[in-house]
Amino acid sequence: MSVSAPSVKPPRRVGDRLFAGAAQGAALIIMLALAGVFVFLFIEGLPGLHADERIYQPATNFASYVGPLVYGTVLAAVVALVIAVPFAIGVALFISHYAPPRIAAPIAYVIDLLAAVPSVVYGLWGGLALGQATKPVINWLYDNLDFIPFFAGPPSVTGRTMLTAGIVLAIMVVPITTAISREVFAQTPRLHEEAAMALGATRWETIRLAVFPYAKSGLVSAVMLGLGRALGETMAVAMVLSATPIVTLNLISDTNPATIASNIASNYKEASPDRQAVLIATGLVLFAVTFAVNFLARLVVARSERGVTR
Amino acid sequence: MAKSIDISDLDIYYGDFKAVEGVNMTIRARAVTAFIGPSGCGKSTFLRALNRMHEVIPGARVEGKVMVSGQSLYEPGVDPVAVRRQIGMVFQRPNPFPTMSIYDNVLAGNRLNSKKIKKAEADAIVEKSLRSANLWTEVKDRLNKPGMGLSGGQQQRLCIARAIAVEPQVLLMDEPCSALDPISTSAIEDLIHELKADYTIVIVTHNMQQAARVSDDTGFFNLKAAGQPGHLVEFNPTNKMFTNPDEESTEAYISGRFG
Repeated sequence: MSVSAPSVKPPRRVGDRLFAGAAQGAALIIMLALAGVFVFLFIEGLPGLHADERIYQPATNFASYVGPLVYGTVLAAVVALVIAVPFAIGVALFISHYAPPRIAAPIAYVIDLLAAVPSVVYGLWGGLALGQATKPVINWLYDNLDFIPFFAGPPSVTGRTMLTAGIVLAIMVVPITTAISREVFAQTPRLHEEAAMALGATRWETIRLAVFPYAKSGLVSAVMLGLGRALGETMAVAMVLSATPIVTLNLISDTNPATIASNIASNYKEASPDRQAVLIATGLVLFAVTFAVNFLARLVVARSERGVTR
Repeated sequence: MAKSIDISDLDIYYGDFKAVEGVNMTIRARAVTAFIGPSGCGKSTFLRALNRMHEVIPGARVEGKVMVSGQSLYEPGVDPVAVRRQIGMVFQRPNPFPTMSIYDNVLAGNRLNSKKIKKAEADAIVEKSLRSANLWTEVKDRLNKPGMGLSGGQQQRLCIARAIAVEPQVLLMDEPCSALDPISTSAIEDLIHELKADYTIVIVTHNMQQAARVSDDTGFFNLKAAGQPGHLVEFNPTNKMFTNPDEESTEAYISGRFG
């Protein structure tokens, strides 16, 4: 039997081709959508970058307008992650490694359910109930820890503070971060866990020795998705915070910077076209911030893993 | 350091399922004991019951006694973690910790057992363990490279080094060569020969020649029928097992006429 001419391709099945095409198409559409969003933000927001001074009131130019918003966005997200990440990892570990299956499944279900609650509901709850509930706490923080800039006060009388916003965001971040961490933890190869246990590791030591190193890059994904949610969350923050364009570390006072997303949500409806362009430009900045944070996190993980895989 | 193990009337259950039934044997100190038998006969389960590793499966429990030099492993007050620090284990597939260097892999157990080890002491443990595992000359120039970069056979010897670094009383090996090529297998077998001077070694193997080559005593496990618990058919010195076994079914299994 002779080898056939190179021009004859081996036959490919129709099903294979269809599926490959569909998968490629889906991947392409995602890229196009992302590019489309960017192009829209860029074109519509460009005039907002250098509009008339009056448009930026009370600030005077775009940088001073968007600065406090970027700061507020990052601060709220950081507060949320500081609260949510340890909590989410703890819950995920409990579900994947500690709880008996009979308890783990319902807990996982309830956590997933948290993700389905609309953010408006969290906003209402945060602004009304949670804000009130934190008042004794922020008063205590002010009385005892006011030398820490975060708790410099004066303590809020309404409870609508950056701390409250951070807690609400944290509750919204927990489900997604938990769900992904849980999956990553559960996929730790049995072999590695048994290696640790056979050395006489306790359950916690097994987790430290076998589970965490294996799960590291997956955990970053989990945190990044949570961060994405915290950075972009609109209604909950808009409903909790009464915004002032300032830059402050203070988490417990009544004057707080808004976040980019909540600022857009609260102002877009009444804004003039010029003002709208400015708001869209802030959206462009949010886009860039999210992108940069994701990129940095990936870089950190890649660098820390290069050391061990080769 | 090496200790003998006495097992009496041991039944092992997974939930309601009885996996192994009525095992009685004495595993001698400073000797190699091999378990052979068809797949699913409970020999690995039995091996794992010797350091309570079978308990990683929920619902696992035992009835009967396992005594290591007079001390029962299954007394209510005994912590399985403490048991495993005394009775080390090497697995079917090499499992060095993927994120750790060769050096850190060897020390992983020691770092659990004691809080702080001095650098000089740690170096000494690493060298001694790697030498005992016949791996030192191959890796001494790249101790800080990841353990996963070694070949399969080297990884398995690294795992043995890790297990003996904590100076256990007993070393359990669950088909330690089944994922290795013949040359690496022979390296591990030589190593087992050397290690038995210091350790009590129990090895599960599917390879009859391996059992004949490395062990002093052999136990043959079998199932009465599918779904029935596994049991110990015969336990005798390896020489006798492979030349003149007491049981007909042992001879049938060893000579390849299974059934």
